[in-house]
Amino acid sequence: MTIVVKVQTEDFDVAGELSALRVGKPEVGALASFIGIVRDVNETANDEARVGTRISTLTLEHYPGMTERSIAAICEEACSRWSLFDVTVVHRYGTLAPTDQIVLVATSSAHRGDALDACGFIMDFLKTQAPFWKKESTSDGERWVDARASDDDALERWHERAV
Amino acid sequence: MRVTLLYFASLRQALGVERETVELPPDVDTTSRVRAWLRTRGDAWAGALAEGRNVRAAVDQRMAFAETKVADGSEVAFFPPVTGG
Repeated sequence: MTIVVKVQTEDFDVAGELSALRVGKPEVGALASFIGIVRDVNETANDEARVGTRISTLTLEHYPGMTERSIAAICEEACSRWSLFDVTVVHRYGTLAPTDQIVLVATSSAHRGDALDACGFIMDFLKTQAPFWKKESTSDGERWVDARASDDDALERWHERAV
Repeated sequence: MRVTLLYFASLRQALGVERETVELPPDVDTTSRVRAWLRTRGDAWAGALAEGRNVRAAVDQRMAFAETKVADGSEVAFFPPVTGG
Protein backbone atom coordinates (compact mmCIF):
# COMPACT_ATOMS: atom_id res chain seq x y z
CA MET A 1 0.00 0.00 0.00
CA THR A 2 1.31 3.43 -0.92
CA ILE A 3 0.06 6.80 0.26
CA VAL A 4 1.22 9.72 -1.88
CA VAL A 5 0.54 13.28 -0.69
CA LYS A 6 1.59 16.27 -2.78
CA VAL A 7 1.01 19.90 -1.81
CA GLN A 8 2.11 22.10 -4.68
CA THR A 9 1.45 25.26 -6.66
CA GLU A 10 1.61 23.51 -10.05
CA ASP A 11 -1.40 22.00 -11.78
CA PHE A 12 -1.69 18.20 -11.83
CA ASP A 13 -2.38 15.68 -14.58
CA VAL A 14 -5.40 13.60 -13.54
CA ALA A 15 -4.87 10.89 -16.16
CA GLY A 16 -1.24 10.49 -15.15
CA GLU A 17 -2.05 10.31 -11.45
CA LEU A 18 -4.80 7.72 -12.03
CA SER A 19 -2.61 5.62 -14.32
CA ALA A 20 -0.03 5.39 -11.57
CA LEU A 21 -2.65 3.67 -9.36
CA ARG A 22 -3.58 1.15 -12.08
CA VAL A 23 -0.73 0.31 -14.48
CA GLY A 24 1.17 -2.80 -13.45
CA LYS A 25 -1.26 -3.53 -10.60
CA PRO A 26 -3.56 -6.35 -11.78
CA GLU A 27 -5.09 -6.69 -8.30
CA VAL A 28 -6.84 -3.30 -8.69
CA GLY A 29 -10.51 -3.67 -9.62
CA ALA A 30 -11.71 -0.19 -8.72
CA LEU A 31 -10.30 3.29 -8.93
CA ALA A 32 -12.30 6.19 -7.44
CA SER A 33 -11.40 9.85 -7.75
CA PHE A 34 -12.64 13.28 -6.79
CA ILE A 35 -11.44 16.55 -8.32
CA GLY A 36 -12.22 19.89 -6.68
CA ILE A 37 -12.48 22.87 -9.06
CA VAL A 38 -12.52 26.65 -8.51
CA ARG A 39 -16.08 27.97 -9.08
CA ASP A 40 -16.68 31.47 -10.35
CA VAL A 41 -19.72 32.19 -8.18
CA ASN A 42 -19.81 32.38 -4.41
CA GLU A 43 -22.93 30.55 -3.25
CA THR A 44 -22.01 30.15 0.35
CA ALA A 45 -20.96 33.47 1.84
CA ASN A 46 -22.33 34.03 5.35
CA ASP A 47 -22.94 37.61 4.25
CA GLU A 48 -25.99 37.42 1.94
CA ALA A 49 -24.99 40.50 -0.03
CA ARG A 50 -21.99 38.59 -1.29
CA VAL A 51 -23.85 35.54 -2.53
CA GLY A 52 -23.59 35.43 -6.30
CA THR A 53 -20.55 37.68 -6.46
CA ARG A 54 -18.20 36.70 -9.30
CA ILE A 55 -14.85 35.39 -8.15
CA SER A 56 -11.86 36.46 -10.22
CA THR A 57 -9.20 34.55 -8.28
CA LEU A 58 -8.94 32.24 -5.29
CA THR A 59 -5.75 32.21 -3.24
CA LEU A 60 -4.99 29.25 -0.98
CA GLU A 61 -2.67 29.53 1.99
CA HIS A 62 -1.45 26.49 3.92
CA TYR A 63 0.72 25.44 6.84
CA PRO A 64 3.79 23.78 5.30
CA GLY A 65 4.61 20.59 7.12
CA MET A 66 1.38 20.28 9.07
CA THR A 67 -0.67 20.20 5.87
CA GLU A 68 1.20 17.20 4.46
CA ARG A 69 1.21 15.45 7.84
CA SER A 70 -2.50 16.00 8.39
CA ILE A 71 -3.48 14.73 4.92
CA ALA A 72 -1.27 11.66 5.37
CA ALA A 73 -2.95 10.94 8.74
CA ILE A 74 -6.40 11.15 7.10
CA CYS A 75 -5.27 8.73 4.35
CA GLU A 76 -3.89 6.32 6.97
CA GLU A 77 -7.21 6.43 8.81
CA ALA A 78 -9.00 5.63 5.52
CA CYS A 79 -6.64 2.69 4.95
CA SER A 80 -7.48 1.33 8.40
CA ARG A 81 -11.22 1.57 7.71
CA TRP A 82 -11.33 0.21 4.16
CA SER A 83 -9.44 -2.32 2.11
CA LEU A 84 -7.35 -0.11 -0.17
CA PHE A 85 -4.28 -0.58 -2.33
CA ASP A 86 -3.10 2.97 -2.93
CA VAL A 87 -4.16 6.51 -2.10
CA THR A 88 -3.04 9.70 -3.85
CA VAL A 89 -3.92 13.23 -2.73
CA VAL A 90 -2.69 16.30 -4.63
CA HIS A 91 -3.70 19.71 -3.27
CA ARG A 92 -2.63 23.01 -4.77
CA TYR A 93 -1.95 26.33 -3.03
CA GLY A 94 -1.24 29.81 -4.33
CA THR A 95 -3.46 31.85 -6.64
CA LEU A 96 -5.97 29.97 -8.83
CA ALA A 97 -8.67 31.06 -11.26
CA PRO A 98 -12.18 29.69 -11.99
CA THR A 99 -12.07 26.29 -13.76
CA ASP A 100 -8.63 25.53 -12.25
CA GLN A 101 -8.20 22.23 -10.43
CA ILE A 102 -7.64 22.57 -6.68
CA VAL A 103 -7.54 19.05 -5.32
CA LEU A 104 -7.40 15.42 -6.42
CA VAL A 105 -8.22 12.47 -4.19
CA ALA A 106 -7.79 9.02 -5.76
CA THR A 107 -8.17 5.60 -4.13
CA SER A 108 -7.74 2.10 -5.50
CA SER A 109 -9.15 -1.16 -4.18
CA ALA A 110 -10.36 -4.55 -5.36
CA HIS A 111 -14.02 -3.46 -5.43
CA ARG A 112 -15.84 -0.16 -5.88
CA GLY A 113 -17.40 0.12 -2.42
CA ASP A 114 -14.10 0.54 -0.60
CA ALA A 115 -12.64 2.90 -3.20
CA LEU A 116 -15.73 5.15 -3.36
CA ASP A 117 -16.30 5.33 0.41
CA ALA A 118 -12.65 5.97 1.19
CA CYS A 119 -12.50 8.73 -1.43
CA GLY A 120 -15.51 10.50 0.13
CA PHE A 121 -14.15 10.04 3.64
CA ILE A 122 -10.75 11.52 2.76
CA MET A 123 -12.35 14.51 1.05
CA ASP A 124 -14.74 15.20 3.96
CA PHE A 125 -11.95 15.07 6.52
CA LEU A 126 -9.54 17.05 4.35
CA LYS A 127 -12.07 19.90 4.15
CA THR A 128 -12.39 20.20 7.92
CA GLN A 129 -8.95 19.08 9.20
CA ALA A 130 -6.21 19.96 6.71
CA PRO A 131 -4.80 23.45 7.30
CA PHE A 132 -5.69 25.34 4.13
CA TRP A 133 -7.41 28.72 3.96
CA LYS A 134 -9.06 30.29 0.92
CA LYS A 135 -9.18 33.98 0.09
CA GLU A 136 -11.52 35.12 -2.68
CA SER A 137 -10.84 38.08 -4.88
CA THR A 138 -13.94 39.68 -6.45
CA SER A 139 -14.80 43.05 -7.98
CA ASP A 140 -15.68 44.14 -4.39
CA GLY A 141 -12.23 43.32 -3.08
CA GLU A 142 -10.76 40.43 -1.16
CA ARG A 143 -12.22 38.33 1.61
CA TRP A 144 -11.32 35.19 3.52
CA VAL A 145 -13.77 32.36 2.90
CA ASP A 146 -15.83 31.34 5.94
CA ALA A 147 -15.85 27.74 7.09
CA ARG A 148 -19.19 26.04 6.35
CA ALA A 149 -21.28 24.24 8.94
CA SER A 150 -22.32 21.78 6.21
CA ASP A 151 -18.70 20.62 6.00
CA ASP A 152 -18.77 19.68 9.68
CA ASP A 153 -22.13 17.99 9.14
CA ALA A 154 -20.56 15.91 6.37
CA LEU A 155 -18.28 14.29 8.94
CA GLU A 156 -21.21 12.97 10.93
CA ARG A 157 -22.00 10.27 8.41
CA TRP A 158 -18.58 8.72 9.01
CA HIS A 159 -19.05 8.66 12.78
CA GLU A 160 -22.42 6.96 12.44
CA ARG A 161 -20.93 4.24 10.28
CA ALA A 162 -18.53 2.17 12.30
CA VAL A 163 -16.66 0.23 9.64
CA MET B 1 9.97 28.66 28.28
CA ARG B 2 10.66 29.62 24.69
CA VAL B 3 8.19 28.80 21.91
CA THR B 4 7.66 29.68 18.27
CA LEU B 5 4.26 31.17 17.45
CA LEU B 6 2.74 31.07 13.97
CA TYR B 7 -0.37 32.82 12.67
CA PHE B 8 -2.25 32.01 9.48
CA ALA B 9 -4.79 33.47 7.07
CA SER B 10 -7.18 36.17 8.42
CA LEU B 11 -5.52 35.99 11.84
CA ARG B 12 -2.07 36.67 10.38
CA GLN B 13 -3.55 39.56 8.43
CA ALA B 14 -5.32 41.04 11.49
CA LEU B 15 -2.24 40.75 13.72
CA GLY B 16 0.35 41.72 11.11
CA VAL B 17 2.63 38.92 12.34
CA GLU B 18 3.42 35.64 10.61
CA ARG B 19 5.98 34.09 12.96
CA GLU B 20 7.71 35.03 16.20
CA THR B 21 9.69 33.45 19.00
CA VAL B 22 8.60 34.41 22.51
CA GLU B 23 9.53 33.68 26.11
CA LEU B 24 6.37 32.58 27.95
CA PRO B 25 5.80 33.07 31.68
CA PRO B 26 5.99 29.73 33.55
CA ASP B 27 2.23 29.46 34.15
CA VAL B 28 1.38 29.96 30.44
CA ASP B 29 1.51 26.27 29.57
CA THR B 30 -1.61 25.48 27.48
CA THR B 31 -2.87 26.83 24.15
CA SER B 32 -5.75 28.65 25.85
CA ARG B 33 -3.31 30.29 28.29
CA VAL B 34 -1.02 31.34 25.44
CA ARG B 35 -4.03 32.81 23.70
CA ALA B 36 -5.09 34.71 26.86
CA TRP B 37 -1.51 35.94 27.34
CA LEU B 38 -1.41 37.22 23.75
CA ARG B 39 -4.69 39.11 24.30
CA THR B 40 -2.91 41.35 26.81
CA ARG B 41 -0.73 42.78 24.01
CA GLY B 42 -3.35 45.31 22.91
CA ASP B 43 -6.60 45.90 21.07
CA ALA B 44 -5.74 44.10 17.83
CA TRP B 45 -4.70 41.01 19.80
CA ALA B 46 -7.62 41.19 22.24
CA GLY B 47 -10.03 41.42 19.31
CA ALA B 48 -8.57 38.79 16.99
CA LEU B 49 -8.08 36.25 19.79
CA ALA B 50 -11.22 37.14 21.81
CA GLU B 51 -12.78 34.22 23.68
CA GLY B 52 -15.89 34.12 21.51
CA ARG B 53 -13.86 33.94 18.29
CA ASN B 54 -13.52 30.62 16.54
CA VAL B 55 -9.73 30.35 16.62
CA ARG B 56 -8.08 26.94 16.26
CA ALA B 57 -4.67 25.97 17.56
CA ALA B 58 -2.03 23.42 16.68
CA VAL B 59 0.95 22.34 18.78
CA ASP B 60 3.94 20.90 16.94
CA GLN B 61 1.81 20.65 13.78
CA ARG B 62 -1.00 18.62 15.35
CA MET B 63 -4.50 19.96 15.94
CA ALA B 64 -4.75 21.02 19.58
CA PHE B 65 -7.46 21.74 22.14
CA ALA B 66 -7.71 24.53 24.72
CA GLU B 67 -6.01 22.37 27.35
CA THR B 68 -3.26 20.97 25.10
CA LYS B 69 0.11 21.47 26.81
CA VAL B 70 2.77 23.74 25.39
CA ALA B 71 6.38 22.81 26.15
CA ASP B 72 9.76 24.48 25.78
CA GLY B 73 10.64 24.51 22.08
CA SER B 74 7.04 23.92 20.93
CA GLU B 75 5.72 25.33 17.68
CA VAL B 76 2.28 26.77 18.47
CA ALA B 77 0.05 27.92 15.62
CA PHE B 78 -3.21 29.87 15.72
CA PHE B 79 -5.58 30.08 12.78
CA PRO B 80 -9.25 30.36 11.75
CA PRO B 81 -11.29 27.22 10.89
CA VAL B 82 -9.82 25.64 7.77
CA THR B 83 -11.40 26.05 4.32
CA GLY B 84 -9.43 23.85 1.94
CA GLY B 85 -10.56 21.26 -0.57
